[in-house]
Amino acid sequence: MTKKIKNLNLNFGPQHPAAHGVLRLILELDGEVVEKADPHIGLLHRGTEKLIENKTYMQAVPYFDRLDYVAPMNQEHAFALAIEKILNIDVPIRAQYIRVMFCEIGRILSHILNVTTQALDVGALTPSLWGFEERETLMTFYERASGSRLHANYFRAGGVHQDLPAGLENDIAKFCETFPKIINDLENLLTDNRIFKQRNVDIGIVSKDDAIDYSFSGVMIRGSGIPWDLRKSQPYDCYDQLEFKVPVGKNGDCFDRYLCRIEEMKESVSIIKQCLTKMEKGPIKTFDGKISPPSKKEIKQSMEALIHHFKLFTEGYRVPEDEIYTAVEAPKGEFGVYLISDGSSKPYKCKIRAPGFSHLQSMDYLIKGHMLADVPAVLGSLDIVFGEVDR
Amino acid sequence: MENLINLEKKINSNLGTKINKTFIKHNQIYVEIDKEDLIEVTLFFKTNKNTKFRQLIDITVVDYPEKSQRFKVVYLFLSHEFNQRMILSYMINEKEVISSLTSIFPSANWMEREVFDMYGVNFKDHPDLRRILTDYGFEGHPLRKDFPLTGHTEVRYSEDQKKVINEPVKLEQNFRNFDYESPWEGTKYIKEEIDNNDKKN
Repeated sequence: MTKKIKNLNLNFGPQHPAAHGVLRLILELDGEVVEKADPHIGLLHRGTEKLIENKTYMQAVPYFDRLDYVAPMNQEHAFALAIEKILNIDVPIRAQYIRVMFCEIGRILSHILNVTTQALDVGALTPSLWGFEERETLMTFYERASGSRLHANYFRAGGVHQDLPAGLENDIAKFCETFPKIINDLENLLTDNRIFKQRNVDIGIVSKDDAIDYSFSGVMIRGSGIPWDLRKSQPYDCYDQLEFKVPVGKNGDCFDRYLCRIEEMKESVSIIKQCLTKMEKGPIKTFDGKISPPSKKEIKQSMEALIHHFKLFTEGYRVPEDEIYTAVEAPKGEFGVYLISDGSSKPYKCKIRAPGFSHLQSMDYLIKGHMLADVPAVLGSLDIVFGEVDR
Repeated sequence: MENLINLEKKINSNLGTKINKTFIKHNQIYVEIDKEDLIEVTLFFKTNKNTKFRQLIDITVVDYPEKSQRFKVVYLFLSHEFNQRMILSYMINEKEVISSLTSIFPSANWMEREVFDMYGVNFKDHPDLRRILTDYGFEGHPLRKDFPLTGHTEVRYSEDQKKVINEPVKLEQNFRNFDYESPWEGTKYIKEEIDNNDKKN
């Protein structure tokens, strides 16, 4: 007697706690082995690019917070850099340090979230409880600088919106002293943890060539042993004046990517410290009244400042006709903005290159032949946030 | 910068007939080609030892409804070895079908699906050309300039039918697009007068 065996189709998500958001993954299973994975994305699609085409450059900034919402300012950075390059304006040095510092805070925010939820997916609850407390502290820094914990809307073309409030620099410095201990605690829980290792070592291996072919960037490419970091290779703002190392993995598996993230957090702390020591008092945005709004005090006294203010918040500033691609090293990888301006005050086209999009695309390649239980582990190590995948 | 100039020379000498135009701007090289040469040119850029653009960063389309060749297809490449970026582009008509890059770059798969979804550009030899970001059963191509910002349909849960339904968009107030373009740059006749004066002087 012969029995017919049929592969099982399993619908993973969109409401699954380990799907990291609204991912619908259609898995074809042969027993417990995954034969094929077909991610269905777009459940969080909000038409960001279309909306940006209909907003002035300044109004478009908040949309970037809502892409990768665990590290909002890194996205704003790419957009601000794109406009600055087209307008050819210089950013005051203090603003550059503030921006880099907050980008690194964003990197820590993102990596804490990823490392701890990855641990949560494979069965460790404690790291997330410890890690999220630190995220809370970091988000209060965001709040004190920009007014909101998550959707900061803080970076502007030509600088940042406002200067840091009194005392914030000290508090960030204090955080830099205490945070390495927390990283050590997390490492004590995870790095040598037998279960965590069993679930992550040799899972989801990416070879060097495949990492390039599948358009990987960020930790995904460094985990596979390619020392590629845009902060080093194509430095923007003041990254060329800061010293930091680029941690590189060896085996390209989930565990190496976890280790890279842990090391990157340590490097970020050191970058923040360097920014704090090098930062001097000074202007925080360009003086060009055609691009950055005047201060409240000026508006009361100067007619020209009043006109500038009015024009900036109705018409916005105009950006000459140009075409540019700028990328930053966001926590998840290369985040890029391909901007086409047509001389008006609204972008003609703004394509957002999200790292998560190409990472998630490789899901089928990564998971083929693995067990069903490895799906959350691989997904966790990809560091997916649906705000940026779906845009 | 020097490297880019060398690269530009190399590209033009090796692929002279295939290249329509090259220029360097913002520390990146921009290359314009014809639609037919896409596969050959990208293969060259990927494999040639002087270029090595081995990573495809993104594919996108720019819509110019007023032009006879409506869409500009843009490919962004990165070379890790030489730390260079290239922007490759060509123009196509609305109905033209273009070749897929999936055989050369596996990552082109979703990028091309996104282009198909957002702009309705069709790809030849694509293994799995489905919509990707929009809803199941969505109609139209949202990023085309003639697609309204508010869309055509809205979704809600219907208590009567006990399911989620699509309805034509109903707005209490139509979406208003204010024209804030400044008149201060001068009206046409003033500009003409200034230009004339410049010529005279």
